[in-house]
Amino acid sequence: MNGVHDVGGMQCFGAVRPESDEPVFHAEWEGRVLALTLATGALGAWNIDQSRSARESLPPAVYLSSSYYRIWFEALEGLLGRSGLLDGGFAARARTWPEMKSALDASNSFARETDSPPQFAVGDRVRARMIHPAGHTRLPRSVRGQVGTIVLVHGSQVFPDRDAVPIGEPADQTPEWIYAVEFSGTDLWGPDSDPTVTVCVDAWEPYLEAAS
Amino acid sequence: MADDPDHDHSGGSELSEMDARVRALETLLTERGLVDPAALDGIVETYEHEIGPHRGAQVVARAWTDPDFREWLVRDATTAVASMGYGGRAGEHLIALANTPEVHNMVVCTLCSCYPWPVLGLPPVWYKTPAYRAKAVRDPRGVLADFGVTLPDSTRIRVWDSTSEQRYLFVPMRPDDTEGWDAERLATLVTRDSMIGTGLASAPSQETVS
Repeated sequence: MNGVHDVGGMQCFGAVRPESDEPVFHAEWEGRVLALTLATGALGAWNIDQSRSARESLPPAVYLSSSYYRIWFEALEGLLGRSGLLDGGFAARARTWPEMKSALDASNSFARETDSPPQFAVGDRVRARMIHPAGHTRLPRSVRGQVGTIVLVHGSQVFPDRDAVPIGEPADQTPEWIYAVEFSGTDLWGPDSDPTVTVCVDAWEPYLEAAS
Repeated sequence: MADDPDHDHSGGSELSEMDARVRALETLLTERGLVDPAALDGIVETYEHEIGPHRGAQVVARAWTDPDFREWLVRDATTAVASMGYGGRAGEHLIALANTPEVHNMVVCTLCSCYPWPVLGLPPVWYKTPAYRAKAVRDPRGVLADFGVTLPDSTRIRVWDSTSEQRYLFVPMRPDDTEGWDAERLATLVTRDSMIGTGLASAPSQETVS
């Protein structure tokens, strides 16, 4: 979905403003929102791709005018409402702290075995497809239609576009190969941009096609 | 309160709108048996005090002093970092790259806020802002300038747009005049921003004495 979250390359947001001695949370509620999101996420009523999709699907004006943890909170309310957790449609029990601690420490790898060999190898030239998926996607608009070079093969992993099904439907975790693709900055931002810059994007195989 | 124009919103007992909404949701979820407040306390405590960039600094300092570890880290960061006891959520697929005079790496998540939690902790606010996410991919030297950092024109800048589960950690260049320093002392020079690529490691003159 072409949402307002996809801000790479936009020129209207001004300078980056680092904060010295920044606290982890700027208000107590921010920590509670993080904790509520992780604790309810552990109940299994939705996955991380559905969770990201919920944040990125907020109304554009809400997304852009909300602080980071407010975005999380607004999305969490939506997830809870759609999940059945509040009306008993999805039965679950609160995780204790020891259970939660184990979950945070565990490695929940997104790698999945596949019988399909990777279509691309390091050094191959590929074009990011000119696509505008209606649903969830991780292909930034800034690289669509552009040609780049495969620089890493990450492996085969859960494909977010398929994983982020509507809440309540079974997720499809059929994996796809994922690569890092390096694009020239001048291809993305024009001949006047910094020629020393390249941008590497993590891209799943369905986002890519061979470039001659 | 909304109909009281004289109400002092700076008063210490006043709950902000978000305080009130978050407390209400926590109460509801607790009453329904869906969250345990003790677990919420534990999560907050963990990310405030246990997991943070001091871990990444230890990884980098070891890479500076142990060539075999450095080679392992760059080849398979997830496993190398796990050998130091660090792993788990948002660090399942770690990638480590070394910054050099020729190539400077910087990481951003243009779509959200992807970041290697087990080694850097939760991301700072600026990392999550549209300002950083928008500018880092188009004008990374401008971002560096916002951080007071200037790199030679001859250095290539590689920006990694990390938008899902691959999480990036960079090994900054080891500062000059640190010969003979052990890893523990070197770690004091490894700033969080130097591992994101928006900064460099501190000079020995800026050593923080703990």
